[in-house]
Amino acid sequence: MARRNINWFKYTSPASFYPLAGKMIPWFAAATVLLLMAGLYIGFFVAPTDYKQGEAYRIIYIHVPSAWMAMFLYLLMAFYAGLGLAFNARLWSMMASAIAPTGALFTFISLWTGALWGKPMWGTWWVWDARLTSTLILFFLYLGFLSLQSVIEDARRADRAGALLALVGAVNVPIIYFSVQWWNTLHQGASIRLGDTPSIAPVMLAALLIMTAACWMYSITVTLMRVRCIILERESRAPWVAELLGETK
Amino acid sequence: MNWARFFDMGGYAFYVWGSFGVALGLMGAEVLLLRLRRKSVMLRPVKQVDKVKVEEHETTI
Repeated sequence: MARRNINWFKYTSPASFYPLAGKMIPWFAAATVLLLMAGLYIGFFVAPTDYKQGEAYRIIYIHVPSAWMAMFLYLLMAFYAGLGLAFNARLWSMMASAIAPTGALFTFISLWTGALWGKPMWGTWWVWDARLTSTLILFFLYLGFLSLQSVIEDARRADRAGALLALVGAVNVPIIYFSVQWWNTLHQGASIRLGDTPSIAPVMLAALLIMTAACWMYSITVTLMRVRCIILERESRAPWVAELLGETK
Repeated sequence: MNWARFFDMGGYAFYVWGSFGVALGLMGAEVLLLRLRRKSVMLRPVKQVDKVKVEEHETTI
């Protein structure tokens, strides 16, 4: 069977990436659990109560990391999808497909926790302001990518169509990020900006960053788990997969 | 440490635990679904392997 895949480096071929991913999963999973426990502990037991918002502010420790992940993961997905498109490399496209559901999940979590935070603080679950609306669009972009991939039967064609959508949609990410500066939004401005002194207490910042690290580790763990499934599903005709699956029977 | 007070979250229990509960619950569900997906991929092989063998057989003919 002719392999069209060009081996830029060893691990860009699904056959060699599959076992590597398998070896990495337990480490990232362990890091996820440890960071999550540390982040939740500091966020709930060490960080003080907010003088204005009381205990409700603690939603920040899940809301902000998930909103960040929603944006990061989208850019990462578009990047991998673009690489897959440019170099016609299956593994990169598979990575993009593996990231999408987790990105959609984090976007949903940021919208959900935002609603639960907005209700007691703003008096409303939802408002059509620039930040919230552009995040909702991000959610639909993820869903669009996922449904596009599921309706196109030919995997490589689905990859190319998905990559186009992902790349075009990437323009939405800076819009989300800068929306609080460009428009007059009900959503508050950024508490933490690169190159700026954060406007929150150090212990709160620590909890926030640890929770973000936990979400990163989680995302890597589930992405690797998913890409392994995708590799086996898509490459089921490759001799090494047949051999592997034959063994585990 | 007063646990009842902790769980009350200053009256914001519904919002705080609703946020963390749903978020962590969904993350747990994603891991579970991936495990099931892997299991079903691993169970599929019998047919696939046979198919590959049949194809190889056909091409050799």
